[in-house]
Order: sequence, then C-alpha cells, then structure tokens
Amino acid sequence: MSDESFSAVCTLVTGRTLEQAKGMHIGKTEEEYRKAVDKAFLSPEVLSKLSLNEGDEVMLKTRCGKVRVRVYADAGLPEDVVFVPMGPTANALVGSDTEGSGMPSFKGLQVEVVRS
Amino acid sequence: MTVERNVVCTFCGCLCDDINLTIEDDRIVKVEKACGNGRGLFEGYNPDPIMPKVMGRDTTFQEAVKEASRILRSARYPLIYGLSSTSSEAQRMTVQLAELIGASIDSTSSVCHGPTGLAMQAVGEPTCTLGEIKNRADLLVFWGCNPLVTHSRHFARYSAMPKGRFIPEGRRDRKVVVVDVRRSETAKSADMYLQIKQGCDFEVLLALKALIMGRTLDAVEVGGIPAEVLQQLAVEMKSCRYGVIFFGMGLTMTNGRDLNVRGVLSLVRELNDHTRFSALPMRGHGNVTGADQVMSWLCGYPFAVNYSRGYPRYGPGEYTAVDLLCSGEADCMLVIASDPAAHFPAPAVKHMETIPVIAIDPAESLTAAGASVYFPTAMYGIDCEGTAYRMDGVALRLKAPLKRKRPSDEEVLQALIEGVKSC
Repeated sequence: MSDESFSAVCTLVTGRTLEQAKGMHIGKTEEEYRKAVDKAFLSPEVLSKLSLNEGDEVMLKTRCGKVRVRVYADAGLPEDVVFVPMGPTANALVGSDTEGSGMPSFKGLQVEVVRS
Repeated sequence: MTVERNVVCTFCGCLCDDINLTIEDDRIVKVEKACGNGRGLFEGYNPDPIMPKVMGRDTTFQEAVKEASRILRSARYPLIYGLSSTSSEAQRMTVQLAELIGASIDSTSSVCHGPTGLAMQAVGEPTCTLGEIKNRADLLVFWGCNPLVTHSRHFARYSAMPKGRFIPEGRRDRKVVVVDVRRSETAKSADMYLQIKQGCDFEVLLALKALIMGRTLDAVEVGGIPAEVLQQLAVEMKSCRYGVIFFGMGLTMTNGRDLNVRGVLSLVRELNDHTRFSALPMRGHGNVTGADQVMSWLCGYPFAVNYSRGYPRYGPGEYTAVDLLCSGEADCMLVIASDPAAHFPAPAVKHMETIPVIAIDPAESLTAAGASVYFPTAMYGIDCEGTAYRMDGVALRLKAPLKRKRPSDEEVLQALIEGVKSC
C-alpha cells in the first residue's frame, strides 16, 4: 500500500445476497447474474476515504488473484471489511489452501482495494 | 388447471412443505406461500425434454451414457462431487457408482458445513428439531448466518415468529440475538446485535463459555465486543428456558473453521448444565443434510471419502473436491446437481477445464455448460419424487406435481453403473 488516498487494506468476506440468488434463478450465464456478482461492498467511510462514488470501478487484490469490480456502500459493514457476493468474481480472489479441512478461505483473506 | 397443495420446496435446507402450486398445461403458473428463492425455483422451471450433450453437441441418451461410461472407466483418479440438490435415492446410487469405479466422492458439504461435521465428530451434536424450536425456544442466537437472505422463511415458519405450544405470543415471547461481522438484514431485526471482528469467533465463544462457567474476564473487550455485553449475553443464555444457536458460513468459512464450530458445540454442552440448549447448522442446499446422512450410512463418513482401495477412507483436506482439483490429482469429474464452476476457487475451476467433466443437472449451470458430457434431468420435488432431509435431519417425502419428461438423476446413474460394468 503506497498511498492511503488510493488504496486500503481490508479483510475479504464473500457470501450470499438476494440479488445474487435472483440472478441465479434467471441463469448463471445471463447478464443479471453477472451484474449481481461482479461488485463489491465497502463501508461509506472507506468509500469516502478513497474518494470513491457508488458505481466506481476498483481493483481488488489478494495473494491469490485480482479482479476489477464496481463498488457500492453498505453501512452495515465495518471499515476493515470488503464484502463480495459469492460467485466467479469472488472465487478469483480465493486461494486453493483449505488448511486440511476441504474448505477454502471464502472469508478472512487480506484484500487490497485500489482506486482505478 | 389443477392446484397441488403442500408441496415441498427443495431450494434450501428449510424444506418448507406448505407450498401451493397452480399447474396449467404442464407448467407451474402460480406459486403460493414460497419465498423469493422458492418462487424462482418453481416459476423458472421448464420440464420440457432436452437432448443430452457430448462436447456441446446434442446427442442421444445412449450415446451420452456410452461416452460418460468410457470416461469414468478410463480414469485413474475419478472424482464424484455434488449430491446436495438431488434425492437421497440418487445419492445412494452415486455412492454405489463411486465404489464401483474406485472414485473419491465428496458433497457440497465440504464447502459449506464440512467443518461442522469435523466438529460434531469431536464434540457431539446437541441437536433438536425445528418443531421443538417453534414450540419451546425463547432464546435464538444466530451466529455467522443471515437467514433473512439465505433461508427467507426460517424466521416466519420455524424460529423467530411462530406461536408455539409454550410460546403463545410468538415473536414477543422470544429474544433474538445476532452475532455477525456485518450488520446484515437479520441483524437489523434482532433484539441484540453483537458486531464481532472478522476472524475472532473462537475467542468470543471461549470467553462466553468462561462466563457461563462463572469465571470473570481479564479483558475489556473480546473480538470487538465489550466484556459487559458478553456478560449480558451469558446471563441471557443461562436464564432462558430453551435456547438455540443457529450457525452458518460465518464460522465454517473463516479462520478456525471446525474449531469455531467446536467452540459453539462446547458452549452448548456447557449451557446444558444450566438450562436446555441446542445448536443447529443452517444448511444451504435442499438435501445437503441428506447427502451427509446417506454418505454416513453407506461409507461411515459424511463427505471426503475415497474408494480407490476398494473400501472407504476418510480424508478432509485430501479427498475433498477442492483439494483434489487444486493438487491436479483428479483426472475426471462427475458432478451431480451442483455447480462447482460457479462456486469453487479459481485454481480448482482451472483444473476442471483441463479434465473431462460429466454433469448431471436439471439446469444448464456453468459446470454443465463446459462439461464434456451433460445429462439434463428432472428436478427432484417438481417432476421427480424422492426423499430429502430438512436441516434438522427430519426426512420428508417429495411429490412430483409435474409430469416427468426427462430422465431422473437415478435413471442416469443406473445407466452409468450398467455402462461402466459393460465397458
């Protein structure tokens, strides 16, 4: 992290959303599904710190991968958490290590949010 | 036009069995009582026959069986995965196929409540039915789960809202507590919300257990929660008549995994010295509980089983699907009623793209779209009968309100068993 006004280091949490479920029923090859999962949520405070508006594009980077997504505000999130709906976009950030359990780290990886 | 009453919805582990469907010309034209997800399941379903595909091209059922059997028979390390959105009868047949070809077999449990299974094997399962909760529970703790989004009718039918035999006033007689990193939709409707720091569940559960045991905390906060708030929750837990902890992926997908769930189960065991308390995992897929049950009867283990030596061996972290794909060991994959291409980490999906994949699914999922062989099948609980297990382990019989025009999962699996034997 070089410049705090351009990036923030947070923790990645992936999970279900109503929009993602709705898109899934329409079909995972359809545009609605892609729109529902190609996004990330940040606290309004982090959006403000990075001078981001809702709908702006950012790069999310973990040690396992990086993706470009549009960001939206979620006032229910703590400042150090980025929420990404479960799906192919979130999965590009998740690694292969299951710590001997079979379960990858869908929640808890360090993620850097970089303003484009 | 006919109306089929009390149909079971198989979208999630709630298995709501009070859905009314209006049927006209072999299509569901009206869905009553279901949540948004349930409506999506029934309204979007088209039962019309679809041709199987081999390498993306339409083919006959016999040709698809022949090619799939050849792939399975020639594989040196086949992986069978999925099972959670099909009937227990099909699950049983899948285990039979795994044993026949010496495959590893794993269900979606491994990327949902697999760590819960590990914790239950270590601590035990302090469980109960949703009926008991409806009639008796006066304290509900939702930990790392968001049922208002994932299990939309859970509150209304089973937990927070219903009036029960010993809960005459319904919601007014119950206290709802939510522990979560996010102030989720469920957290907003709770009486008490504890915003926990990401990755601190184990510490908080341990601190709560200490408080229940009468110890004092030498800390002002644990995991972002003030000590006095934890003390208040400990008092609520000890003084309730019947408490339940519902827990979800917030515990199993994060640092600690099975240790977090061991924390829940140990806490509940401790609470039973003071009052009646249970713990219940919020199971996602409609019959993922059935997958655990059937695998346990037949293999002795709920998931992550390997048959390469002719007898079942258990190995979470070794025989689990993500590990077998990321290590590059699996050289073919049979996917039944699930979509790992959409839900597995990128390295696992990348390996799937390099090996032959056989998909059995009513919908053309991302996995089915990229499969070498794809069998479109009937949907359990819509045009195919069967058995499914609710999240509390109660088995329900599924009706088939629509006439079946496609093969069932069982029929495809039976054909594959015969095909592999004759290869």
